[in-house]
Amino acid sequence: MTALKNSFRDLLRYPSAVFGGAIILILIGISIYALVSIPYSEAVRLWRGGEDVWYQNPKYAPPAWFNYFSDRKRPVSFAVNSADGGMQKTITPNDENISTVDITYTFDYNYDEAPQEMILYFATVFDQKLPFASVTWVTPDGRTIRIADTQLDHKITFRFSQDQKLQKRVKSEDVMTALFADPEDTNTENPRALKGQYQLIISGTTFEKASDINAEFVFHGDLYGLAGTDKYRRDLVLPLLYGTPIALAFGLLAALGTSLLTMIIAAVGTWYGGWLDELIQRITEVNLVLPFLAILIMVGTFYSRSIWLMLGVTILLSIFSGSIITYRSIFLQSKEASYIEAARSYGASSSRIIFTYLIPRMVPLLIPALVSSVPSFVFLEASLAVLGLGDPVLPTWGKVIDDAFADGALYQGRYYWVLEPAILLMFTGLGFAMLGFALDRIFNPRLRDI
Amino acid sequence: MTTDTLTAPTSPEKSPAAKSFLNSTFFRVLRYSAVRLLTLFITVVIGVYLTIMIANMGGYVDTIMRNEIRDNTTQSILANPNYRNLTPDAKQELIQKKIASEEKRLGLDQPFVVRSVRYLTNALTLNLGRAINMSSDHGSKEVRSILLERLPATLLLAGTSELILFFGSVFIALSLSRKYGSFWDKLTIAFSPTSSAPPWFYGIFLILIFAAIFKVLPFGGLVDSPPPSTRVDYILSILKHLILPASAVIISSMFLSIYSWRTFFLIFSSEDYVEMAKAKGLPGRDVERRYILRPTLPTIISNFALLVITLWQGFTITETVFLWPGLGITLFKAIGFYDTPVIVGSTIIYAYLLGITVFLLDFVYALVDPRVQVGSGNAQ
Repeated sequence: MTALKNSFRDLLRYPSAVFGGAIILILIGISIYALVSIPYSEAVRLWRGGEDVWYQNPKYAPPAWFNYFSDRKRPVSFAVNSADGGMQKTITPNDENISTVDITYTFDYNYDEAPQEMILYFATVFDQKLPFASVTWVTPDGRTIRIADTQLDHKITFRFSQDQKLQKRVKSEDVMTALFADPEDTNTENPRALKGQYQLIISGTTFEKASDINAEFVFHGDLYGLAGTDKYRRDLVLPLLYGTPIALAFGLLAALGTSLLTMIIAAVGTWYGGWLDELIQRITEVNLVLPFLAILIMVGTFYSRSIWLMLGVTILLSIFSGSIITYRSIFLQSKEASYIEAARSYGASSSRIIFTYLIPRMVPLLIPALVSSVPSFVFLEASLAVLGLGDPVLPTWGKVIDDAFADGALYQGRYYWVLEPAILLMFTGLGFAMLGFALDRIFNPRLRDI
Repeated sequence: MTTDTLTAPTSPEKSPAAKSFLNSTFFRVLRYSAVRLLTLFITVVIGVYLTIMIANMGGYVDTIMRNEIRDNTTQSILANPNYRNLTPDAKQELIQKKIASEEKRLGLDQPFVVRSVRYLTNALTLNLGRAINMSSDHGSKEVRSILLERLPATLLLAGTSELILFFGSVFIALSLSRKYGSFWDKLTIAFSPTSSAPPWFYGIFLILIFAAIFKVLPFGGLVDSPPPSTRVDYILSILKHLILPASAVIISSMFLSIYSWRTFFLIFSSEDYVEMAKAKGLPGRDVERRYILRPTLPTIISNFALLVITLWQGFTITETVFLWPGLGITLFKAIGFYDTPVIVGSTIIYAYLLGITVFLLDFVYALVDPRVQVGSGNAQ
């Protein structure tokens, strides 16, 4: 116990250990938050959902905080719905069964660019007679632009920039720029949007008693959320958040499984010696020429891409690695130690000697090796995803990089898409590597002086 | 002891010369290499056999064989003028019959253990079957030509980066061990955790910085498109494309190798015989070369061998990221096409490459390690 306390105190003396430990704690915190706030099924639904889940987000939008670093402010996306009170809605009953439904939404626009697209999703309730709605747009300088007059079926989607009537009315193919243009702006090369308060007015009429109109106004800006979106409009916060526990679980389990099994096999082999030891050595030699990644790829393509199968195969192929040779040479020495002799003379069984005398002595060597091997497994998971062999349902960091690469994100200048998961990977790798490095120096005093 | 039996029949005058030949480093190395080559070959055979077992767990090798038989038989019958007059139905029947007899001839109806031996010989002789969707640049569908065509590019990338990595690391490690505790020394130690990331990861950043932002080096590929017409320009173009992938590989392992080798040099430079050499007044460079580098070289080479083995895996993705037309990207494409023969074939080629790598490094090891004495009884 005191030895453990001492090593912990030693650890605090290494800035790299403190830094690495802090990173790991933060990552564990993120993992717990991700697992608690987003249940597994919800994460899979959000990641694999399809257009129905992602329609509110713009495509290829960098994160919203990009605006802090640029001179020209780009609009940030949002979505409001009249059904949940996001837009102001008033219903005035007129004579007979006719009533007027007024939905207005007023918002401040302080950006220099026009948005990508604006969409209205109408959801109406009626029995026979279709409700009617007219949509108008009021700019900060008081101009009123008629957007559309339309009958509303049960579900109607109105895309501002694709409406040909609207295109004619604003005399431009580019509806968004026209709606947000500043008429007094003389800079025709690179016009800035007019800032101020915009208003969207939907005045609807229903012709039945139980009839109702609700509208959702989706504003696709240039930027979105904390992490931006990808090609499929998915919010990247999800894979970045949820990828953390997956990466940590894969890395830690693989490292733990590999190092423990390697050590046990080395101990058993050295203790019994003879043909068993010989066999283990030969397997190690064969394993050296087995193309690890290629076999993993083969398993992934032929059988299943599930991350847990990959984990199992990874552990299986990494057990007989070079470290078995190192452990073996150390076990060969400690096998001759007098305390083993003593244990043997009081009649301890082989398994008792192996598990209570031989292996515990190796813990100082095991811990640094274990911690230092975590990054390589975390990166392995990402590597498999980059090769297109990532888990088909789980959102992981490697998947994001793979999607980004497949879409040519670097060529097209969408650096955020690649850099966000890459930086998380880098921090994870760095955290474990630095901690492992410090542990190595503490547990192997031979290294301490140099 | 074998030396004695070999020298016994020779005449007494010749004996000393022959003896010195048999004891010479060259002979010892040759002997050692032959023994190693044999053991490694057996190892590779077992490795390939395991690969086949894994692949055939789902019957994939069988499918490769069956497809090949069907393709060949169908083509030979359709192309044969003697059968031109047959009705399509009769042709089909004939094809089915031929396929059945061919499958019997090749032993596809035999138990798996017997079949697996045949697959093993096929794999070892690189008789890898025909690809389903992919074809080589020359239009061949032979998996062997698809893969062998890609080998030079991979070897170029691997060879260049590994040589630079080895010599660069040894050189820097030596000079750092001389200036132990200096700023550069501490910097290298601080950077050594960066080696936990694989080459493709650094590749992303290198592409981002040098290709996307500064636009000084190409994003990927082997040569400019269209390829330059003169030979000199062509080579220069390849070199230009080689810079980024090779740097990615080098950066990803450099700091850790430098750090561990420098530590090694430091441990050895406190040995008594080094102090002695220094006291004799030998110039520092000689001390380094003869008293520090020489005895540590075998260990460093075996350390490097393990590094190279891990690097082989890394090339698959590095090539994919840099669109380097080597084996790795072929494997990547094969995954995309679900082209099983190519995937199995690549795995086998990689097993060969690993075996050859281990052998080459063993050979070098035998050359530099004075203790390797296979011929004289105390084999390592």
